Amino acid sequence: MNQISLTIDGKRIQCEEGLTILEAARSQGIDIPTICYHESLTPPGLCRQCVVEVKGARVLLPSCITEVKDGMVVETSSPRVMRARRTILEMLSASADLSEAPDLKKQIDTLQAQTERFKPKVPNIQEPLIDNPFYIRDYGKCILCGKCVQVCSEEVQLSYALTVAGRGFDSRIATFYNRPLPETSCVFCGNCIEVCPTGALKPRKEFENEI
Amino acid sequence: MKFDRTVSTTCPYCGVGCQIDLNIKEGRIISAKASEGKAPNFGRLCVKGRFGTDYTHHPTRLTKPLIRKDLDKEKREPCGMEGFREASWDEALDMAADRISRTFLQSGSSAFGTFCCAKATNEDNYLFQKFVRSVLKTNNIDHCARLCHAASVAGLQKALGSAAMSNSIAEMKDLDLFIVTGSNTTETHPVISTYLKEAVVKNNARLIVIDPRKIEMANFAILHIQHKPGTDVAVYQAMAHVIVRDKLYSRDFIDRRTEGFEQYSASLDACTPQWAEKITGVTADKIEQAARLYGEAEKAAFYWGMGISQSVHGTDNTLSIANLALMCGHLGKPGTGVNPLRGQNNVQGCSDSGGLPNIYPGYQNVADEESALKFEKAWGTDLNRKPGLTTLEMSDAIGEGIISDFIIMGENPLMSEPDLNKAREHLSKLKNMIVIDIFLNETGQYADVILPAAAFSEKNGTFTNSDRRVQLVRKALDPPGEAREDWQIISELAKRVGRRIGQDFSSEFNFSRADEIWDEMAELVPAFGGISHERIEREDGIHWPCPDKSHRGSPYLFSDSFPRGKGKFHELKLTNLSEQPDDDFPYILSTGRVLYHWHGGTMTRRSVLNDISPRPFVEIHPDDARKENLDSDSTVRVSSRRGSIELDIRISDRSPTGVLFIPIHFAEAAVNELTRDIRDASAKIPDYKICAVKIEKGR
Repeated sequence: MNQISLTIDGKRIQCEEGLTILEAARSQGIDIPTICYHESLTPPGLCRQCVVEVKGARVLLPSCITEVKDGMVVETSSPRVMRARRTILEMLSASADLSEAPDLKKQIDTLQAQTERFKPKVPNIQEPLIDNPFYIRDYGKCILCGKCVQVCSEEVQLSYALTVAGRGFDSRIATFYNRPLPETSCVFCGNCIEVCPTGALKPRKEFENEI
Repeated sequence: MKFDRTVSTTCPYCGVGCQIDLNIKEGRIISAKASEGKAPNFGRLCVKGRFGTDYTHHPTRLTKPLIRKDLDKEKREPCGMEGFREASWDEALDMAADRISRTFLQSGSSAFGTFCCAKATNEDNYLFQKFVRSVLKTNNIDHCARLCHAASVAGLQKALGSAAMSNSIAEMKDLDLFIVTGSNTTETHPVISTYLKEAVVKNNARLIVIDPRKIEMANFAILHIQHKPGTDVAVYQAMAHVIVRDKLYSRDFIDRRTEGFEQYSASLDACTPQWAEKITGVTADKIEQAARLYGEAEKAAFYWGMGISQSVHGTDNTLSIANLALMCGHLGKPGTGVNPLRGQNNVQGCSDSGGLPNIYPGYQNVADEESALKFEKAWGTDLNRKPGLTTLEMSDAIGEGIISDFIIMGENPLMSEPDLNKAREHLSKLKNMIVIDIFLNETGQYADVILPAAAFSEKNGTFTNSDRRVQLVRKALDPPGEAREDWQIISELAKRVGRRIGQDFSSEFNFSRADEIWDEMAELVPAFGGISHERIEREDGIHWPCPDKSHRGSPYLFSDSFPRGKGKFHELKLTNLSEQPDDDFPYILSTGRVLYHWHGGTMTRRSVLNDISPRPFVEIHPDDARKENLDSDSTVRVSSRRGSIELDIRISDRSPTGVLFIPIHFAEAAVNELTRDIRDASAKIPDYKICAVKIEKGR
């Protein structure tokens, strides 16, 4: 692999060609917050929380899927970046219940995001779906990071029980034809619970223990 | 959700050996998750590991020693809890020791039969076999490996000299071509199946499935060979024929690493694909295709399960696979190999620890004078040189009155043995039966004394997974009530029996922690020499052989040589000893597992897993269902010459026509009422996958 050099937050670094900006930054101990990114999954580049400012680029670039280039100059926490991240958190707060998303709550605190800023007129209250003996789906907490769909399909389990249904504002995680899980190809491995960042997917025993 | 604690340990279900974190709150396991980033599962689990550990909290756990109320009746009858009374540990252990020592002094060591346990730790099993060999002076010890992979072991021992899986799980990503045969991998080894499926989908590996049933793995295969049950040898011999005919073998590997090829290849002349077509029902061109794919592949591996081994021809089945691997040189490199997928969490370790009738720990032969002297010196007592009886031979010996005392740790032969009528009749003749278990199962109902044991989450020790990786089991909770860890129970029993027969074993069974037991075993087993609990704690798991502290362990085997030196080809004759369907019993019955249950069901039927799969069923092809006038609402009766069970019907083209499939987990319709106890001549494994049955409308 060719070595290239770039500048991240004013620091000149050498790294291998082909890395993403996120990987290069983390290898230098510079942390960039993420939401939909997971180390062992293909980055979907969905949430845009990991955006950075790259000199010469018109828009902020998602660091999880942008490859480093020789001579690149990257700012990971410029005011513009911070405002974008704060706004993402504020919009997520308006669309989902983040009370069981410890990592997101930490990011909200760090960035001093105003969680009430886009407060919806009608709160998004959904009853948790309990359709099987093993785990519940509480889509009021879902931020559509899509990790559950990834592990359920190509990335890990190859069971293809979960999918993204609908478009735009109507996008949601669902089963095919919205069937209850026991009627789908779900094998209840629960690997989706493992990657859910917000507690939208949860073992039933944990859920019942909290009530 | 806040937990009090999280404890990392090893999953108690299959041989994959997934690392799991148990979340504990108020003395209970609330949930489990995969340990982050740890081999072999790297964050993956299946439904059993993630949700199925709740059996440990089931209200029917045994919490106090039990003694049968009607001891010493002429004929032993099964009884539930009402047939037992609670006792103190002292009373129960004394009574067990009294009865055992009485037999020892009156009838000698050949009156004992014992089962150790593939679900218990290496330490439990090492100590159990030490008790059996050094105190009871018998080698009559075996465990359920006999009923699952005995034929794989026998075959691979003959061909290579070692029976363990030759690849590590991590190598699956290197696969180029692999054959899955007689393994319903997605249900029996779900996490391994995700790696295999991934090899196909992500790495363009090619998969051949050779299995009579249309299992889920077949969806990922480029070729599915659906042969008639019991005709495996014909499929593989014909593949070998094609490989020899078209010179697809590896001359270099054959010359350097094997013996007997010329003779073997000459024996294949008649085994043409056309010959196999008549026997197997598989078209000759499919067999040609499979042979070419395997022969021409750069790196190829076999993965198999019970479909190969649980057969009256199990050893031949295994040898036919080993022959192919040897001629193509698909051994000894990463991603190539022969891999029997082990069923139980510690079935590999239980065998490694000496839980077999012919070997001491580390596969050192009991009949070998040098080995015997070594263990006599280590254990400070004289030992019996005569290899013991295998599982079903012990059952026979009980029936014949030769064995009068049976000691069982954690096994459930009255679900797992074939022809249960016969098995029950045998057990009812025992004079004395001691059981160590966590539940009162079908077998425990025949016991005189039941000693309550700790579950996997309540003890320390090690399990060895299917790819020979020794991993830690960590205590997360105290055992319920007065239950104790198995090795503690065995130590007490050994000391008490010793005193009664006039020998002092107190120093030989004087352990305060499980790791002290491991250290004793590691000193006696060269392959474990470099492994200690402390080192596993640091390194997360070590593949044996690992002879010394500087050795890094052995993820794959046979890189330079085989344990027997050269790999040996075996000529095979096609025989058919299985019970064949006829006018009275026109269907072939095959048995196996479903995703949500575990073997005899002692654990999973007491778990939330039972909620999704609560009822026994028989799987039947739609054409057969139509022929028998059965619809999906029918309850049916399936009968063989030995027994009859009633269960639900599931109409599906997963099973081919003429074949019925029934899972093994359901005591209320135990399929082993129907199976036959004919065995493979060298492995002594029964023919679980084939017997003749009929099906009719039930009540």
